[in-house]
Amino acid sequence: MTTTINRRSRLHRKEHQAALLFVAIPVLGFLLFTLFPLLFSVYASFTNWNGISAPKFNGLDNYVKMFGDRYFLKSLWNTLFMMIGIPIGLVISLALALAMNRKMRGTTFFRTVYYLPVISSIAAVAILWQWAFNGDFGLINQGLGLLGIDGPNWLQDTATVKPALMIMAIWKGLGYAMLLYLAALQSVPRYLYEAASLDGATAWQQFRHITVPMVRPVTFFLIVTSIIGGSQIFVEINIMTPTGGPEFESATIVWYIWQKAFDNLQMGYASAMSVILGLLVFIITFIQFRLNRRNQFSID
Amino acid sequence: MSTQNLVTTPPLEPTEAIPASAGGAGGGTTGTGGAPRGRGQKSAKDGLRLGNILTTLVLSIGAIVMIAPLAWTFSTSLKTKDGVFELPPQWIPDPFVWENYLRIWTAGPLLTGIQNSLIVAASVTIVGSLTSALAAFAFAKMRMPFKNALFLGLLSGLMIPFPTLMIPQFTIFASIGWVDTLWPLIVPGLFGNIIMIFFLRQFLNSIPDSIVEAARIDGASYLQIFWTLILPAIRPALAAQFILWFMAVWNDYLAPIIYLNSPGTQTLQLVIANFNAQYAIQTDYPLIMAASFVALLPVLIVFVVFQRQIIESIALSGSKG
Repeated sequence: MTTTINRRSRLHRKEHQAALLFVAIPVLGFLLFTLFPLLFSVYASFTNWNGISAPKFNGLDNYVKMFGDRYFLKSLWNTLFMMIGIPIGLVISLALALAMNRKMRGTTFFRTVYYLPVISSIAAVAILWQWAFNGDFGLINQGLGLLGIDGPNWLQDTATVKPALMIMAIWKGLGYAMLLYLAALQSVPRYLYEAASLDGATAWQQFRHITVPMVRPVTFFLIVTSIIGGSQIFVEINIMTPTGGPEFESATIVWYIWQKAFDNLQMGYASAMSVILGLLVFIITFIQFRLNRRNQFSID
Repeated sequence: MSTQNLVTTPPLEPTEAIPASAGGAGGGTTGTGGAPRGRGQKSAKDGLRLGNILTTLVLSIGAIVMIAPLAWTFSTSLKTKDGVFELPPQWIPDPFVWENYLRIWTAGPLLTGIQNSLIVAASVTIVGSLTSALAAFAFAKMRMPFKNALFLGLLSGLMIPFPTLMIPQFTIFASIGWVDTLWPLIVPGLFGNIIMIFFLRQFLNSIPDSIVEAARIDGASYLQIFWTLILPAIRPALAAQFILWFMAVWNDYLAPIIYLNSPGTQTLQLVIANFNAQYAIQTDYPLIMAASFVALLPVLIVFVVFQRQIIESIALSGSKG
């Protein structure tokens, strides 16, 4: 490195030194708290390790074990299943954004109200929804009772525990997706709609052929980030169904990793699962970077 | 770590095939919700008004649904222990038991929880914002070898979820005896936050390089330039990112639950989770809800006060990407 710099002027060298010093701290942080742990996770995933004594190499045992572990497969299935909530949330968010894109009073107020759950602590949100889902005295079943419906004991019922968690996740994430959709809608050129209506396009046709394509980059972005976030659900499970729910119906991957690593001290096995999770997230993020060219930043 | 929620740049701009404005400067702001104009002014206006009323109605119902769980929490927090189980439920507690908000301080380590959360969130965000801003300055405005490689390297860290890193991180901190202290929550954040570096760098790209060069010719050092020119220039972006980061650290749960086990070291989120586990057995729901509401309140207040900056930075800073 120094030989190339030496040829340049003293001024440049000083600038290089100062710049490298300024970025040294985050780079060091990256090496210590991201790169090294990542490599260590990969290494540990090939070992039998309890976190206390030295890891013992056991080849692919953890990975083989994983795909025969019905609790792992169940957590994986649960995690994927709960992603059904993502498209539902997006449709509602887009509808809300369309409604708020009108010129009328009160949109700022509505925006604030819909955004409140997004900034609320997930721990507190989980606690209050656990109470809201209470079978006998919870808010949800009270509301259903008004409609003459006898609500289930949401979090204790194998059929309803996942839908309950999905409802909560949709409620919490709605404001964020709505905000991004609103920003996207506001950047759609007005004349497109004017031209379309002059040509006699109906409101639905305008929506279908102008709005939807114009917000597609945001939809794509939201799907990817929601999948990444959804693959890491933990807090709700830990608080609302501390044992993984009835018959393990609400256990998620991260919850299971956490339990194996810090409750059962099977750190080698947990590392292997965390590597699989990391790989999954990496692939999804990579696809996002590749497919969505609009999303790339320019490197000068 | 506070960066569990991966935030990259949402692509908000329309595709390039279509020019951004409709001939007129900045595009017309006269159009309303895509409603066609020119079909007879009067009927269009009436239709618009009806549409607005209907939309407001739907949004209001939605708003009630959104706010109901929060309102229900607050309502529950003011009830008696038995009032919670009354059927049909009362939305307005009778009597109001404000005393619940006194009981929570002695019922668990709520105050130390708030203190711990403040210590972690403040130290991480204050120091981390400075280190992030310095790095963003270097990445945006200075020449250095391997600049793009370093930046891309840092960015690649965003693709790795925290759960993949948490086991080795835990072992590292356990080996130096930091388990059950706040250090494992503080130290990684002090090294900066790549999301913040990314956005500040984007922001700095819109500031002309000539400012820095002029200051150099005047003999200012890079640190002086950073302090007197760059920091004031990026203040709005820095403030918004600071608030977002502060809220993320304040609300974090996974990292604290891994490291902290004694009541004296727990952060607020863990304290209320323990309230929940402990007092649900005694069916003291008012106490749980009061504690949860206290945990929610600071962030709600910060949001309402700074909502314009926060919302703009979420919705718009990405569009520069």
